[in-house]
Amino acid sequence: MLSFFGRSAIQKVITLFFVSVVSFLIIHIAPGEPSQVDPLNPKFTPDLVERFRKEFHLDKPLYYQYLLFYKDLFTGKTVSWKDNQPVLKKIWERFLNSLPLFVVGTIITWTLSFPIGIRSALSRGGVYDRSVTFLSYLLISIPGFFFAYILIILVVNFFHVPVIGMETFGIGDSSWLTLFMDRVWHLLLPSVLGATGGVAVLSRYVRSQMLEVEGQDYIRTAKAKGLTPEIVHYKHALRNALLPFVTMFGLILPGLIGGSVIIESIFSWPGMGRMAYEAILSRDYPIILTINFVSAVLVLAGTFISDLFYMIVDPRIRL
Amino acid sequence: MMSNNQIDSNFFDEPSFPRRTRLQDFWAVFKKNRLAIAGLLMFGVFFLAALTGLFLTSGHKPVFDPALVRLQEKLRPPLSKANYETLRPDEIPVLGLYLLGTDDLGRDVFARMFQGAWVSLTVGFVAVMISVLVGIFMGGMAGYFGDRHVYLDHMLFLVLALSGLIMTAVGQIREGVIIFIPCLVYFVFKIILERSYKIKTRRWLANLLHKKIFSVDTLIMRIVDIMLCFPSFFLILTVVALLPASIYNIMIIIGLTSWMGTTRFVRAEFLSLKDQDFVTAARALGISDLRIIFRHIMPNAIAPVLVSSTIGIATAILTEAGLSFLGFGVPPPHATWGNILSDGKGFLFDAPWLTFIPGIAILIAVLSFNLFGEGLRDTLNPKLRDRV
Repeated sequence: MLSFFGRSAIQKVITLFFVSVVSFLIIHIAPGEPSQVDPLNPKFTPDLVERFRKEFHLDKPLYYQYLLFYKDLFTGKTVSWKDNQPVLKKIWERFLNSLPLFVVGTIITWTLSFPIGIRSALSRGGVYDRSVTFLSYLLISIPGFFFAYILIILVVNFFHVPVIGMETFGIGDSSWLTLFMDRVWHLLLPSVLGATGGVAVLSRYVRSQMLEVEGQDYIRTAKAKGLTPEIVHYKHALRNALLPFVTMFGLILPGLIGGSVIIESIFSWPGMGRMAYEAILSRDYPIILTINFVSAVLVLAGTFISDLFYMIVDPRIRL
Repeated sequence: MMSNNQIDSNFFDEPSFPRRTRLQDFWAVFKKNRLAIAGLLMFGVFFLAALTGLFLTSGHKPVFDPALVRLQEKLRPPLSKANYETLRPDEIPVLGLYLLGTDDLGRDVFARMFQGAWVSLTVGFVAVMISVLVGIFMGGMAGYFGDRHVYLDHMLFLVLALSGLIMTAVGQIREGVIIFIPCLVYFVFKIILERSYKIKTRRWLANLLHKKIFSVDTLIMRIVDIMLCFPSFFLILTVVALLPASIYNIMIIIGLTSWMGTTRFVRAEFLSLKDQDFVTAARALGISDLRIIFRHIMPNAIAPVLVSSTIGIATAILTEAGLSFLGFGVPPPHATWGNILSDGKGFLFDAPWLTFIPGIAILIAVLSFNLFGEGLRDTLNPKLRDRV
């Protein structure tokens, strides 16, 4: 057990190092420089460009820039090139905005997919199963931005509520109930959109797991013993079918930082995805690299947690 | 046959190989899956549309001109008639009406959709082709040559050569080339030397350089792990935004960021197949490794790759549409479904067809690949094959 922790920790640190190198190289080798983002801006004199390059060490060799950047990152001193704000503080603020989307989206995904998947496995080949199958293909295939516009048209036309942004502009001094409902309406669409793909994929997966378990010998035995269908399905089958999903808790962790670039830009939601998008547009390398690094850490932490959960839940597995 | 209690005289004359080929077998199962057949049909229609679109919208004087601006005819709804009085004769659309309306610059949406179909199709196919090629190469290496070892000097000089390349790319060309060429020469020389004869004794430095560090399998799977750490859409977005906008860059980048799944499938298949008897027999016959890989193992390992690449095409089309939507896709004069939708989003309530037509088109194209891919998966699943 302890050796497993040690080995995987070392492995993950090495992986992280290479991720940092590769992402640094991708960004710095790509043609163009941050100082050339706005060549038409008359304020950008050659003199200023030179000062800019000096300020952010862009005139130093690449390996030196790399070391400087990650030294700053680990001591928390990295600043955005755009407005000189500390990167970690900026990310934290945006993260707090994205968090409600993530939480509501995850709750919707996990509460909807299990009942849907289980029911469609139990009525395999029936009308319910077939329509759910088709619907989930439809939801997987629909482009998120298109679906977003359909939902916006529906909600705006039928309920007459504003949905763009985090709250209605200038609503500041209303009663708390109005404020609350306003927040809920603004939160609803982006989180539903974030959850659609998840519901479709996860419910298919629940269905196939459930079918797999229902075909096992011990389920036949349980039926043969004369147990009621409820007990067979929910006690004998479901518990075993749930096993792989425990590991998926770890795998949703990277979603924390990703945010959806497309959905957040449609709804003007000031979250992580939007910030990443803006940082890419203005070639704000520190922010791009930090987001990349943090998300790599989350991916690795997620796989670690899922390994751990798997080991706890399934005693047959010894790593 | 049991009733007349004797062996049919034809029994020995009949061929003993399976009467149906693999393809017929496959088709017999596949055609029962109605959703998959629907997917295949939709794909056929989509493919024909893209192909005719390519011919009808390109060239010097196309039948449907996707780039022709008619400002006096902007935002006309679908099936509206062209206004003959304000248009010059060569501006009048075919049939005299706008089948799918016009956009905010008065361009014919039908022509633009027609042109965009080919873009979506090529992006999907080329990106997946790149990812499948990389995936098969990496997965095959990891699966077939996985237990061979990487030596310290291989790794060292490869890393040095790579850094030389990077230095050249950054701009320090002279130093880069000075590092790169000797390293490459050493690397090639070493491999040829090792192939031609075995060295019995080594000096201590050579011994140190010849140390085994890890297996090929470890190396490749660690590279896969590293690639999986990047948030994929964000990575694609970053690279596409930094590179000059072009359709080829998008295909290559989508391809190079999505090969990890294929690698894992191919590796797993190779690992299970390479110890089977027919491979041992082939090796005993003295067949070369390459022939074993491509003639004997690959045809048996291709099924999961086919499935994942069909679904990969769907994902690639969606990714391209998303990139175009954000404004990073194919550069403007060329129409794609993503940027028709993106241009139309400002007129969501006045001209909803600019959102719905490309949206539904993307939906149908992606759906067809997803349905077909899932149908393939069910059909190629050996557990279900005996049910015919």
